[in-house]
Amino acid sequence: MSAAIHTPTSGFDFSNANRNAFLESKGVKMPKATSTGTTIVGCLFKDGIVLGADTRATAGPIVADKNCEKIHYISESIRCCGAGTAADTEFITALISSNIELHALSTGRKPRVVTAMTMLKQRLFQHQGQIGAALVLGGVDATGAHLFTIHPHGSTDKLPYVTMGSGSLAAMAVFESGWRPNLEREEALQLVVAAISAGIFNDLGSGSNVDACVITATHAEMLRNYVMPNVRVEKERKYGFRQGTTAWTREKVREMIVSEEIRPRAVAPGGEAMDTS
Amino acid sequence: MNMNTIDLDRLKTGEVNLGTSIMAVQFEGGVVVGADSRTTTGSYIANRVTDKLTYIHDRIYCCRSGSAADTQAIADVVHMALQQFTQANGGPPSVHIAATLFESICYANKDALSAGIIIGGWDKEVGPSVYNIPLGGGLFRQPWAIGGSGSTYVYGYCDATYKEGWGRDETIQFVKNTLSLAMSRDGSSGGVIRVAVITEDGVERLFVPGNELPTFWEGLEVLGKPAKPLGVVPMAIEPL
Repeated sequence: MSAAIHTPTSGFDFSNANRNAFLESKGVKMPKATSTGTTIVGCLFKDGIVLGADTRATAGPIVADKNCEKIHYISESIRCCGAGTAADTEFITALISSNIELHALSTGRKPRVVTAMTMLKQRLFQHQGQIGAALVLGGVDATGAHLFTIHPHGSTDKLPYVTMGSGSLAAMAVFESGWRPNLEREEALQLVVAAISAGIFNDLGSGSNVDACVITATHAEMLRNYVMPNVRVEKERKYGFRQGTTAWTREKVREMIVSEEIRPRAVAPGGEAMDTS
Repeated sequence: MNMNTIDLDRLKTGEVNLGTSIMAVQFEGGVVVGADSRTTTGSYIANRVTDKLTYIHDRIYCCRSGSAADTQAIADVVHMALQQFTQANGGPPSVHIAATLFESICYANKDALSAGIIIGGWDKEVGPSVYNIPLGGGLFRQPWAIGGSGSTYVYGYCDATYKEGWGRDETIQFVKNTLSLAMSRDGSSGGVIRVAVITEDGVERLFVPGNELPTFWEGLEVLGKPAKPLGVVPMAIEPL
């Protein structure tokens, strides 16, 4: 009976929030969630949107996953990059993807980017920043190409080029110097790769490979591990020095083998021959 | 987080802030609303071309300051309520109704929200009107209102400069001058100036790029450079 009362059905449980805050202030280390200390970007071009992400997931100072996927599927022509708490970005995009599919089925129309944006911002606002998802949402719909950022507290911005995550400053520097209106597909893709690379190489929270996604009115192309600038070389597991590593000035070969000639002594006739009988 | 003292920080850590300069001024034929374009997260500018002038109805706009998430959520709720109102009522709402809706949300949730909102609009009952809703959830009708962190620097300028009976162009220039002065003194404000002129005939959007802001004395002669002629005379309102 009492178990039924105390078993939480769903959602968040804040009953220990005050206790945990108190313990933390007394110096108790709280466990950390896996976060995608991340670089994610989005960029508008002539025919649509290019999204980009690095592939490093961290838990404190540890690289938890060297090749994770941060570009999430919302619908065929809407995708969403996630930064912040890995679990939150994973689940909120999955939930909104599901709701968008149902919405499309019930309206009989292709889903719009603003619809996904509104669903995400309302869910995040409802939870007052407790869902740690920082998102870059992009896609093409009946009203054109759209690109949004969504912050964990539920605020949104609509811009032609956006960056988020710990590497956002490095990536934004690339966009601010390189972006212009009506880029070609290839130019936009290279700009996104440059922006993510800036995050990978200059931000400790980002690393490994570049994922990209090109969305146009006709189709979406997911370019998983589009660039791999950090391929691990094969370990030879041989630690001996190569021959010729040490230079020499003179060579002297000494005869190390001591040789002697053994000649059996001639036996005197009838003398000291061993008796072998 | 401290359990023994009250946390007076209204913004939660990491929250997106509209450290803002916003303004609305009514004139004979309508209302001029204006805002800077800076959105910040801590010391990082998350958006340098933000549009803080938000459409609420055909002749009603609001200027948002405080938390971006809170003010967007409130504006969305009021926007939806007024769409329903229009369908039920068979006509557009008055500015007062819109302002009252904002006020009731801001007051009822005053402990959870950080939102300073200015509403400007035109309706056929009273013509142009400006309403100010500061942090606690009060509601005040004013001929002009300023808000956001940058507004504290320009109360004196507004008090000294504002006069009744201005026309459209003089009012626009007053808004541009005030916002430019606020943006130059307040680090949390900046970027471009966005303006909307709301009249019976419609809404006209204006845009002042960051390199074309009205300038005042900038101390060039102190640096040994030739002094620029003043863009505007501080106490005067120039026609466009």
